[in-house]
Amino acid sequence: MSAVLKLAERQVPLAPIVIQARGLVKRYGQVTALDGADFELRAGEILAVIGDNGAGKSSLIKCLSGATIPDQGEIILDGKPIHFRSPIDARRVGIETVYQDLAVAPAMTIAENLFLGRELRRPGFLGTVLRMLDKKKMLEQSVARMNELKVGIRSMTQAVETLSGGQRQCVAVARAAAFAEHVVILDEPTAALGVKEGNMVLELIRRVRDRGLPVILISHNMPHVFEIADRIHVARLGKRGAVLNPKKISMSDTVAVMTGAMAPEDIPAECLA
Amino acid sequence: MSTALATKATPVAIPWGQLGPFIALLIACAIFGATTDRFFSGDNFSLILQQVAVVGVIAIGQTLIILTAGIDLSCGMVMALGSIVMTKLAADWGLPAPLAILAGVGVTALFGLFNGLLVTRVKLPPFIVTLGTFNIAFAITQLYSGAQTVTEVPEMMTWLGNTFALGGTRIAFGTVLMILLYLGVWFWLRETAAGRHVYAVGNNPEATRLVGIPPDRVLLGVYVLAGVFYGIASLLAVARTGVGDPNAGQTENLDAITAVVLGGTSLFGGRGVVLGSLIGAVVVGVLRNGLTLMGVSSVYQVLITGILVIVAVAIDQLSRKGGSR
Repeated sequence: MSAVLKLAERQVPLAPIVIQARGLVKRYGQVTALDGADFELRAGEILAVIGDNGAGKSSLIKCLSGATIPDQGEIILDGKPIHFRSPIDARRVGIETVYQDLAVAPAMTIAENLFLGRELRRPGFLGTVLRMLDKKKMLEQSVARMNELKVGIRSMTQAVETLSGGQRQCVAVARAAAFAEHVVILDEPTAALGVKEGNMVLELIRRVRDRGLPVILISHNMPHVFEIADRIHVARLGKRGAVLNPKKISMSDTVAVMTGAMAPEDIPAECLA
Repeated sequence: MSTALATKATPVAIPWGQLGPFIALLIACAIFGATTDRFFSGDNFSLILQQVAVVGVIAIGQTLIILTAGIDLSCGMVMALGSIVMTKLAADWGLPAPLAILAGVGVTALFGLFNGLLVTRVKLPPFIVTLGTFNIAFAITQLYSGAQTVTEVPEMMTWLGNTFALGGTRIAFGTVLMILLYLGVWFWLRETAAGRHVYAVGNNPEATRLVGIPPDRVLLGVYVLAGVFYGIASLLAVARTGVGDPNAGQTENLDAITAVVLGGTSLFGGRGVVLGSLIGAVVVGVLRNGLTLMGVSSVYQVLITGILVIVAVAIDQLSRKGGSR
């Protein structure tokens, strides 16, 4: 574990930017949710996004996942500007998002959920004419992918509703990780989970990062953020307030930055990331 | 931790929703077999299946809609309209039978499209939409037919009512058609992506949208498809009675919903097997047939159907509470 952390610490300052946003503006009527927000996610990191209610945190994430279209500003993926019109556009370029509580079809099996919307068909006549699904192949790939991520669920043919909350969340995260080529965005993945279940999901997020996928983690849970984030993006008043280094700054100072009790210029330089 | 999870992950769930209709069917058969002599005969079962065909095919469309967490109260009335359209076009306008049949199915499919558009575009609840189209379809049927039964029916439209011999029992072509349709839809729902998406939309439309499947397109397709099945049921109704009856569809409406619910499809959407609806339809048919053989007044048949629906829905509700947390 410590080896992994050291590796991550060493890599982060050098790692290239995967996705970047510049000067994002989003208005809803009279309300300005984003007021020129910047954002950077680097390769191989877990970037936590925190912020008070109304700080522009969720608007920022919605812009990055294609759920909303910013009024101004640009999003750059691997050095190229991109425009998302829908979450499907974002998915197409390899950005997978797990939304809080919305991720799965409970009565369907884990394997079906993993492949929902990207089902594999049988080869030949059965697949092209009868449009038959290749259930066996999807099952095999589900088992392989869940094993890779060490999600300890034995049967991929059980309905998702038979799983505990933490296991369901693991299925959702694993689905995102299995199909994302660039970025995984997780919206409050540990909310409403018990301690053990929360830790199970955190472990999984770490494994996703260690396999090379950068993760954007939106969370209100400071201990969880400090446990796994490599950097912390603080959204404040529709802008990027600061980017903090959780290994240097304290949890209380982080909350102070988030709430405005500590001005960005008062943050010690070594705490910035 | 792993042991705690293991016990949580493997609840021993007895699928009452799936077994219920079988048990009901067996009990009903046992009672009728014991109380009447004529019940257990090949011809009587063949007759039941023939009587069930109209409700059975309507129930296919109804199953698709209920799987998406919707409901279609207009199904019987739309079916009646379809049979009036196809018989009148042939009788009054002299339209060739195949074209008249297609036109009838087209009208029922249009009604499905209308229901579907109101549900997906105007975002109205299916219950209210189809309560409205129930009345609209009924009124159009009465107006168009002048409340008169259409008796001049081309031979082709009654062909499905013909029978063939199978081991000494006469079986109607309509029965065979119904069973083939059930098998086709069963395969489609189970083995194709489009079929699985019907379940996904019923389960969690938001999750479905987020994985890139437009729920509205699935819903619209389901309503149109249901309309097509009502159209086929129209033809079966004409074939069985030999006329275009403007007052058809009154009992079929609730019977079809009863069949689906009895068959274990959840009114909450996303769970159920279409073959269950066939069993549900047969249960309803057996009850009507058996009670008639016992000489019980038809009012009691209606009473029992009503009680059955409520029991089936109650079982659905209770098993949902036990099954999910």
